[in-house]
Amino acid sequence: MNEAQRLVDLIPRLRRYARALVGDRAAADDLVQDTLERAWAKLHLYRRGTDLRAWLFTVMHNVHVNRVRATRPMDMLDDEMPELAQRPAQGDGLLVRDLERAIARLPAEQRAVLLLVTLEDMSYEEVARALAIPVGTVMSRLSRAREKLRLMMLGQSAAAKLTVVK
Amino acid sequence: MSEVQITESELQAYADGRLDLARSAAVEAWLAARPDQAERVAEYRRIAEALRAAYDPVLQEPVPERFTQALGAQPRLQRYAAVAAWMALGIAIGGVAGWQLHESRPASAPVADVGAVMARRAAIAHATYSPEVRHPVEVGADQEAHLVGWLSKRLGAPLRAPKLEAVGYSLVGGRLLPGDNGPVAHFMYQSNHGTRITLYVRTEAASNRETAFRYAKEGNVRVFYWVDRKLGYALSSGDTSKDDLFKVANAVYQQLNP
Repeated sequence: MNEAQRLVDLIPRLRRYARALVGDRAAADDLVQDTLERAWAKLHLYRRGTDLRAWLFTVMHNVHVNRVRATRPMDMLDDEMPELAQRPAQGDGLLVRDLERAIARLPAEQRAVLLLVTLEDMSYEEVARALAIPVGTVMSRLSRAREKLRLMMLGQSAAAKLTVVK
Repeated sequence: MSEVQITESELQAYADGRLDLARSAAVEAWLAARPDQAERVAEYRRIAEALRAAYDPVLQEPVPERFTQALGAQPRLQRYAAVAAWMALGIAIGGVAGWQLHESRPASAPVADVGAVMARRAAIAHATYSPEVRHPVEVGADQEAHLVGWLSKRLGAPLRAPKLEAVGYSLVGGRLLPGDNGPVAHFMYQSNHGTRITLYVRTEAASNRETAFRYAKEGNVRVFYWVDRKLGYALSSGDTSKDDLFKVANAVYQQLNP
């Protein structure tokens, strides 16, 4: 199978990761588009026999970082995003929304690690290579991302309980 | 009791199910004595499940044509083909327009010709927008309610975007176009293979009229068109067979006239 076909086969996975990474559907698909264009232009840099998926996610990571740098410098800070106005959770339909919002509030580099591990099921070493960071950093970002999400989700259910008591 | 050391990294790897049996058992023993830590790890697993449940459905979404077009050879050909179709259409229209001028027909053209004009306009719109990679529509299918509401308001008639999944097409989105009788609604659909079909909907000057399906071929674009009371419809495609397009036209008609 040639590389172009293998790239096509990886598109749904790129989209899934991009959707979770940037949230907005149109922006996520634009990221996928830019990634594919760049990957296609740089395909001669890909070494045959190595992991095409890992290489493609590295390309996406670089494209994403460049886009974020160009448009939203705040997102790169290793701080939590500002607290958004929150509606209390009201049922299962909103749980996904809550989760999406919580993910969006994670620092970008923690979000990337968590999503590559959880959605792509990448090994910690693969994540380290894709993001060009040490494995130790992968582990600490993963740990911090999960703990922040856990606390955010706890906070949301606590908020929901409060409104019920009201 | 001598205590095994469990690192935070091992807890993470445990949550991901990536420890070997021996270490996994050690972590389980460690967690058994620490309910709060056990609950924390359990929550990590629940979050992972929730993430997969939220985003795995993206894997099933049809891949937009523009993505495969980003990947080289075949797509470029398609783009040239679309441009060629557009030019052929332009020449054809020029010819027809010239012929009509030559005949010097007055404005009161017969009813059938009004429909043919609509088919031609629809074919032009199809040839213009369907090869569009980055901006095929103004409003995407993810905002379908907004799209339909907006277009209904502009046309002054309640519209619906037919659901065509049963015949293999899903809504990409739509846009507003200028037309002879006022604004026109233009919906775009796409198959899993990237084949696009557009539905051109306009208000009719003479209402309460109904026509059978009519078929036209403008350049490379096939069009089925019909009038149903206050609205005129034209369904266009560049790379669908006449029979297949007819099936889709039937599906559209049946959905709009339940």
